[in-house]
Amino acid sequence: MTKIKTQYNRRSFLKISAAAGGGMLIGFSWLTGCVSGGKTEEALAIPNEWFEINGYIKIGDTGLVTIYSPNPEIGQNVKTSMPMIVAEELDVDWNNVIVEQAPLNTGFYHNQVAGGSQSIRKGWHALRMAGATARRMLLEATAKAWGVEVAALTVSGGIIKEINGDRTMGYGDIAAQAVAMEVPEEVELKDIKDFKLISTSVKNVDGKNIVTGKPLFGLDFKREGMKLAMIQHPPAFGMKVKDFNEAEIKAMPGIKDAFIVDITVPEPGYFDEKGYQQLVAIVGDSTWQLMKAKKALKTNWEAVSELENSEDHMKRMEATLASGEMHESRKDGDPETAFKNASKVIERTYSSPFLPHNTMEPMNFFANVTETSVELIGPTQTPQALEGSVSKLLNIPIDDVTVNMTRMGGGFGRRLYVNFGVEAAAISKQIGAPVKLIYTREDDMTQGTYKPAYLTTYKAGLDENNHLIALSVKGTGLPESPVFENRFPAGTVDNYLAEKASTKTNITTGAWRAPRSHFIAGAEQSFLDEVAELAGKDPIDFRLELFEKAIKSPVGKRNDYDAERYAGVLKLVKEKSNWGSPMPGIHRGVAAYYCHNSYVAEVVDVAMEDGKPKIKKVWCAVDCGIVINRDAAVNMVQGGVVDGIGHAMYGQLTFKEGVPQQTNFNQYRLMRHSQAPEAIEVFFVENDIDPTGLGEPGLPPAIGALANALYQATGERLYHQPFSSYKPLLG
Amino acid sequence: MPEYKLRINGASHTVNVDEDTPLLWVLRDELNLLGSKFGCGIGQCGACTVHFEGAAVRSCLIEVSTIGESEITTIEGLSEDGDHPVQKAWLEHDVPQCGYCQSGQIMNASALLAENPKPTDKEIDNAMSGNICRCGTYVRIKQAIKTASNQ
Repeated sequence: MTKIKTQYNRRSFLKISAAAGGGMLIGFSWLTGCVSGGKTEEALAIPNEWFEINGYIKIGDTGLVTIYSPNPEIGQNVKTSMPMIVAEELDVDWNNVIVEQAPLNTGFYHNQVAGGSQSIRKGWHALRMAGATARRMLLEATAKAWGVEVAALTVSGGIIKEINGDRTMGYGDIAAQAVAMEVPEEVELKDIKDFKLISTSVKNVDGKNIVTGKPLFGLDFKREGMKLAMIQHPPAFGMKVKDFNEAEIKAMPGIKDAFIVDITVPEPGYFDEKGYQQLVAIVGDSTWQLMKAKKALKTNWEAVSELENSEDHMKRMEATLASGEMHESRKDGDPETAFKNASKVIERTYSSPFLPHNTMEPMNFFANVTETSVELIGPTQTPQALEGSVSKLLNIPIDDVTVNMTRMGGGFGRRLYVNFGVEAAAISKQIGAPVKLIYTREDDMTQGTYKPAYLTTYKAGLDENNHLIALSVKGTGLPESPVFENRFPAGTVDNYLAEKASTKTNITTGAWRAPRSHFIAGAEQSFLDEVAELAGKDPIDFRLELFEKAIKSPVGKRNDYDAERYAGVLKLVKEKSNWGSPMPGIHRGVAAYYCHNSYVAEVVDVAMEDGKPKIKKVWCAVDCGIVINRDAAVNMVQGGVVDGIGHAMYGQLTFKEGVPQQTNFNQYRLMRHSQAPEAIEVFFVENDIDPTGLGEPGLPPAIGALANALYQATGERLYHQPFSSYKPLLG
Repeated sequence: MPEYKLRINGASHTVNVDEDTPLLWVLRDELNLLGSKFGCGIGQCGACTVHFEGAAVRSCLIEVSTIGESEITTIEGLSEDGDHPVQKAWLEHDVPQCGYCQSGQIMNASALLAENPKPTDKEIDNAMSGNICRCGTYVRIKQAIKTASNQ
């Protein structure tokens, strides 16, 4: 067993007790509707009394256990997998576990963020420790009650037994005494080989509530006396509101108020709004009446900076790449000479457009601002950032701001940014009443915070033996470069150059699922496919040769990947997909990528049906260390594949005079049932490495594997997203 | 405001709303039936799907004044305790990721199976293509529909 130091004290538990309230956040009783997500087995009776062992665990007098899930749930299933880790170390029967969403509590939990696929990786030790500490306290209380040593006891499934005796004690029977025990300074963690729950498949704890339509989401939240509000932001980036037909709007049926609200946060942080600071706000009691009032708005806007066009965007990025302003971020060997001496040189340029996140649940938030306090409830990936911004905007101490997280109808990075929560707070302050702000789809799609647009050129040189001797990558974007100079293929090529530069824009951008990786992986993996072809090598063998070099004699000191694990997923996908054994009518492409601490390789199988490519199957090999919740991990990778393929095929947001030209799903194309892969199989590398996340890593390799498979199927190399622009074949 | 008597999930409800109010907002704002979701407001995403006399429709496009005596079923009325074969199949395949679109997917799938108990893959694709799942659970949705179709 591993012994670890516990890092929290009794005081921190008390704070969470007060903040947690009782879990009745949205008028829906978890106790009657949510015992472990609709399991059919008889659960234990509802307790009369609960005993809070620590901020993660509450044990009832019947033995029922409540585990608080600390991190925001956006569909990545941490509300199931994080409590699983606690339950494993607590050693309790999962059938007797109730899961509740914890509120923001920076004094107790750490990293309450849904971002960067880090919930599991960063939560792993704290969650194990919480479970192990509680188990130890329950054992110590039992030992004291029986007058024996802890070593004389064993525990399984929430029942403590005497090793040399007949006595048993349920967690529920000793919980009252356990809370009075000293928090141990050190606890023992289970051996990985003794895990009973981790690495099995546990159903989503909210599954039953989801399929029966329970009010779980921010948009479903209601509070007695609450008003509804909508906003109107400027129609174009570079514009600002001047005034609007206030009297006319206020006179409309059901409209209580209308005004211009300012959300300029002093000393703004990374997650604060960068574009639209002043908005028209309309307040009422009915969503439909608000929608009608929004249509009746006559607003005067003024241009305060350039109104940009999509055609200029591409020209500007090309100018950046051609300029002498590129910043050299890594150089190994002598790339210039190596390219001169190469027998074959190939250069290709790739691009991808701006993309909105398009979470299915549009942005919304509930705020109740009083003179002395702020209550915020809704969908946020960064409750701490929201708390800070609202505190600064309203000049209310951070301790008087509370944030509760609802389940989220998708995140994909959009809900890392806090403008909608700040807007709700500003509106509540203005009207002096609790309010729920709701975006329409059009508000959501045209607000900004988009995935940046990118343009990147790769160049490779082969010697007469078809060895890769030189590689360069030069990238820019609006506004950021997508290049990761220390990632593969850095470290595998003697002569290597990475250059980057930003290109200016006033279109606001933000993190979009697997930021930069989603583009650069597709570009890099498509390019390497073409280089392998030029070298006359199988695309997997070609990559494995490079990893071999990185294992035996890596180039440079800092290479941000483990070449053995990278090669491992390629070998696994090669084996599972029977790569190299041709199947009639199937055209295949492969890609591998490492990001957010996990390794994924994918093979896409395409068939031509009625003259159009159809994705038959996607094979995925994943190394994310220990897999916490197996089937949910599969689901996450499958979703990443669909997301990557869907956006690479169809996603595109364009601008005319600063105005987004796609405003709803009739103009903006998302992947639908009929275009989805027919099957997606996921295989895991089995190891005992500490677990890493899967929210993002499944996505990036899908784009390269798709492009490479489509090349095999159609003979056309695809350089520019969306691939549907390659008409008539793919349109 | 005019008054409307609606038949929803086997019960009668009276609401006072503007005549052009979409059924979706009557359900969500007036009747506290929050399972039907708002996704696009123009009938393109399917998150608001309900049954109108048994057929799957987009409740964001149905004006309350046009409903009359027609029987409406929402996700809350699909089964007593989430035990409709489609709901059970959804749980068996652990379909949802974020879950926001799933009540619409389930309402569309249950209407499909009521009309066509053994749909082919192509028929499933055609019937379901009006329902977007941004998380990309399409493969599992199809598996769940097939499981339910064998019940």
